[in-house]
Amino acid sequence: MRQFLRDSGHLIRPAVILLAGLGIFLAVRTAFIPKAFGEYGHYDPAALERIRARSVSYAGQDQCVLCHDEQAKARAAGKHAHVACEACHGPQASHALADDPSAHKPPLPDVANLCRRCHEKDAAKPKGFPQVVTAEHSGGALCNTCHQPHNPHL
Amino acid sequence: MDITRRDLFAAGGKLLILASVGATLEQITGAAPPSEAYQAAEHWWGMIIDIDKCIGCGNCVRACSNENKVPKGYFRTWVERYEVNEGTHPEEVQPHVESPEGGINGFPPSTREDLKSFFVPKLCNHCAESPCVQVCPVGATFISPDGVVLVDQNYCLGCRYCIQACPYGCRYLHPETNTADKCTLCYHRITKGLTTACCENCPTGARLLVDFKNPKDPVHELLRANKLQVLKPYMATRAKVFYKDLDGSVR
Ligand code: HEC
Ligand code: HEC
Ligand code: HEC
Ligand code: HEC
Repeated sequence: MRQFLRDSGHLIRPAVILLAGLGIFLAVRTAFIPKAFGEYGHYDPAALERIRARSVSYAGQDQCVLCHDEQAKARAAGKHAHVACEACHGPQASHALADDPSAHKPPLPDVANLCRRCHEKDAAKPKGFPQVVTAEHSGGALCNTCHQPHNPHL
Repeated sequence: MDITRRDLFAAGGKLLILASVGATLEQITGAAPPSEAYQAAEHWWGMIIDIDKCIGCGNCVRACSNENKVPKGYFRTWVERYEVNEGTHPEEVQPHVESPEGGINGFPPSTREDLKSFFVPKLCNHCAESPCVQVCPVGATFISPDGVVLVDQNYCLGCRYCIQACPYGCRYLHPETNTADKCTLCYHRITKGLTTACCENCPTGARLLVDFKNPKDPVHELLRANKLQVLKPYMATRAKVFYKDLDGSVR
């Protein structure tokens, strides 16, 4: 018996080392791989929450119309009814979602460039879209000297 | 008073029973998943782009850039202007495509009435069989349960395999984080009930966020009544961005 133990020592020792190695590998693996990994697929589902937690810059027009009744009514009555407020006013979540919106008063749009971006005549634009050669059409005057931005009908 | 071994076992046994009852109760009451308003399994997101409505104003590109803090010179969505010379020989149908700075400031006006010209907004197609996800060696990019292709910044090695793999050129390496970056279909907005920044700011409704799992979504009617196409159908990526009235020359 004692003879057998002595002879098999060279097998037992590597086996012990192998087991210890396996144990360390498993321990390190569990320490590094997030618990829920693989719940939906080969990825960490916590990433979904991290991406969802990013902040919003565009509040959405449903917010704007809650407070700005006058502009909302004017817009709804005209051709800009489907143009979102922030499409002209830029990202305003910091204004619309603030406790005190007047403390984060948004700057007014730069009319000289604003209307041109949508209405400048371009052969690639759909034919039914109202477009003008702005330089000829306005004679250099700002568009809102004649048109109301919220309801562009004269 | 002497404590015998028997007393010790009895007390220990009682404590054990109490503790296990407590643990079971905790399992039953505490383990219930927090009821959440957004259920990913009930959605399957995509987009419809109506070529005949796009005016090339670049609002979508600016909105995306602002909303997602996209670094300057990189684009998660962009607009291309196609000019197609409808020649008699098929070889002559070589579209001229331009996209100055992704169309972020619109386009210099074109007066070429003799050509067929139109705008094509592009973004990640959120493919259901996406090649970019298949090549990722570490599981950093994946398709979410609601069908959005996302990148886990914490896992990404920056190996660029996915950037090479995307047939639509929709990915880039973020210059600051050195990880792959792309359109998230505004995952942080659509899971809150908002639409994407690009759809919110599209003045003509040329872009429409759709949910294929919502039976009331207009997408079903649109798919029935129109011929909608995807880009590069021969890649068999099962793209979920559908184009209405797409010209055959668009790649
Ligand atoms: C909670 C209410 C509230 C919401 C929501 C809100 N605003 Fe305002 N907004 C105000 C107030 C209050 C002022 C300041 C008015 C003042 O001081 O004359 C203001 C001012 C403005 C101004 C500047 C007016 C000026 O005369 O300079 C603009 C432009 C504006 N808001 C646009 C928006 C847009 C676009 C949205 C939607 C994203 C929005 N607001 C949402 C309350 C709101
Ligand atoms: C087509 C672009 C456009 C859209 C859409 C638009 N605005 Fe404006 N808005 C303007 C411009 C341009 C001005 C600045 C007018 C000026 O300088 O006289 C303005 C001014 C304002 C002002 C300042 C007060 C005023 O009436 O001059 C408020 C408040 C405002 N907008 C809110 C809104 C809200 C709320 C919406 C959405 C319901 C909206 N706007 C949609 C272009 C737009
Ligand atoms: C974000 C794009 C956008 C901007 C910016 C914009 N518009 Fe418009 N505009 C539209 C759309 C969309 C329509 C509706 C077109 C339709 O009915 O097919 C429209 C319609 C109009 C019309 C009506 C034409 C008609 O047939 O009655 C006028 C006039 C007009 N806009 C003037 C302006 C002026 C002035 C400005 C600047 C203050 C402006 N627009 C800014 C998108 C825009
Ligand atoms: C001097 C006043 C004046 C100014 C300034 C002005 N417009 Fe007009 N606009 C008009 C009149 C009048 C009409 C309607 C008659 C017409 O269709 O030509 C009109 C019509 C339009 C139309 C509708 C065209 C169509 O085909 O239905 C658009 C779009 C338009 N304007 C955009 C603009 C833009 C953009 C600017 C700024 C660059 C601007 N306008 C500046 C007076 C003006």
